[in-house]
Amino acid sequence: MSYSGFRLIKEALRGHSGWKPAWRNPEPQPGYDFVIVGGGGHGLATAHYLAKVYRKSRIAVLEKGWIGGGNVGRNTTIIRSNYLLPGNEPFYELSLQLWEGLEQDLNYNAMVSQRGVMNLFHSDAQRDAARRRGNGMILHGSDAELLDTDGVRSEAPFLNFNNARFPIKGALMHRRGGTVRHDAVAWGYARSADRHGVDIIQNCEVTGFRIENNRVLGVETSRGYIGAGKIGVAVAGSSGRVMSQAGMRLPIESHVLQAFVSEGLKPVLPGVITFGAGHFYVSQSDKGGLVFGGDIDGYNTYAQRGNLPVVEDVCEGGMALMPMIGRTRLLRMWGGVMDMSMDGSPIIDRTQIDGLYFNGGWCYGGFKATPASGRVFAHLLATDTPHETATAYRFDRFEKGLMIDEKGAGAQPNLH
Amino acid sequence: MIIPHPILGPRDAQEFVYLGDASLLDRPDWQAEDASSAFHDYQYQRNNPAGVHRELWFHEQGDRSWLVVTRDTTTHEILKAELARDVALAGETAK
Ligand SMILES: Cc1cc2nc3c(=O)[nH]c(=O)nc-3n(C[C@H](O)[C@H](O)[C@H](O)COP(=O)(O)OP(=O)(O)OC[C@H]3O[C@@H](n4cnc5c(N)ncnc54)[C@H](O)[C@@H]3O)c2cc1C
Repeated sequence: MSYSGFRLIKEALRGHSGWKPAWRNPEPQPGYDFVIVGGGGHGLATAHYLAKVYRKSRIAVLEKGWIGGGNVGRNTTIIRSNYLLPGNEPFYELSLQLWEGLEQDLNYNAMVSQRGVMNLFHSDAQRDAARRRGNGMILHGSDAELLDTDGVRSEAPFLNFNNARFPIKGALMHRRGGTVRHDAVAWGYARSADRHGVDIIQNCEVTGFRIENNRVLGVETSRGYIGAGKIGVAVAGSSGRVMSQAGMRLPIESHVLQAFVSEGLKPVLPGVITFGAGHFYVSQSDKGGLVFGGDIDGYNTYAQRGNLPVVEDVCEGGMALMPMIGRTRLLRMWGGVMDMSMDGSPIIDRTQIDGLYFNGGWCYGGFKATPASGRVFAHLLATDTPHETATAYRFDRFEKGLMIDEKGAGAQPNLH
Repeated sequence: MIIPHPILGPRDAQEFVYLGDASLLDRPDWQAEDASSAFHDYQYQRNNPAGVHRELWFHEQGDRSWLVVTRDTTTHEILKAELARDVALAGETAK
């Protein structure tokens, strides 16, 4: 069933009795050509592009819980194409372009809202870095604008411009960046993949790989053995756990990132704002809640919840930047497990095991990557060659010294 | 999280800086035949277990000692804290 204004009116006239479930709930088949492990944004997008762009069939997505219950449903929904390094920026620019056409492609309202991302800077050195980043973005076909203090004031007059320690000197403005309704991304990709014949199998946890003569034959799951020609693993925070079942160690540590939502307020924030002198970034959801977050907690964890010191740190950052939020009450907070890689950049590559492919290491920034990640992972699975925008995301970049380290923090995942 | 420091008693984890897996105490031999691949594994590869994890914490805002803390990564429960020096001298690090 296609969604359209016409369909909406028709259904309104007959009491909304004709809507169908957005995807089927099939029983697993004994085998598939392609098995995608993980029904998050990346796994579902991979299935969608495999079926729609690469015209593959016999595809299944296996999800241990319900689709969208992982990080795709836990993030702070920011999308942007403002990376600095050549290995990254073409990929994130492809992603932003796919976001721009996503709703037509999926026939689903994902509420893609290009409301702008403003990264503040507070010193001359930060201004130089922002200018350099902005030029890099423009050279890669993205958009960037350097704002001075007055430029920031006209965008966001409520910020604290009198902070003596961290004065706002300006911002790097990325107008095509913004936010997307995160759950709708999972649902939209799931519905579209399903309409192209993909089996989305929920409550199906992968518990092992069947490997013979260095080739994968299939997966052991909580719903029985499922054979597979090729297996693509896209389990984000669970990467270490799942790949260890294939005997692999990864250049990844799992860490927790927390996020927060305030009570609903009237519209106050025009777009996304990031504080350049502390760990705080914020946007306002369409329901009115301020959605904000900061840094990861900084120690290995799979617990999906964080600790209070980071809550305090994030709220202090918020108060330093926009004191007007001082009396806003916090409504909810939660955590998600991040697959923090050794250089802060992802891996989308074959493994040493034939037929087994890996997609992970997204750190705290994989939501914006969802369309491109699905697109290039589908490309890799379908053609066995990396997509032109993802040639740098290889496992062997660490031994070759070709790290893609945006922050220059080194092999220290909790600093990226 | 409260870390039971072996000398100072219970201390807030906020006083510490986290480094990572305690196997970082086992630096490979730089003269060995396979030194380059051993250093790659040492520097970049991690077990990243869901469950009991031995890890290095530095008491930066305290006595500046390095500790090996044994902690469950699924519950945050801390099972043990030892001086990293003692662990290294006993030669019982990685696992
Ligand atoms: C608080 C927070 C804020 C964030 N903010 C942003 C942001 O503003 N912008 C941005 O770009 N990114 C952000 N991120 C990061 C982003 O959410 C993730 O990088 C991205 O969602 C990861 O990809 P995914 O959607 O495929 O992951 P997930 O949704 O986590 O999907 C992985 C799936 O694999 C399943 N799985 C795991 N193990 C198994 C198994 N054995 N068998 C079967 N299935 C399994 C899980 O249940 C899960 O559903 C944020 C993350 C968090 C936690």
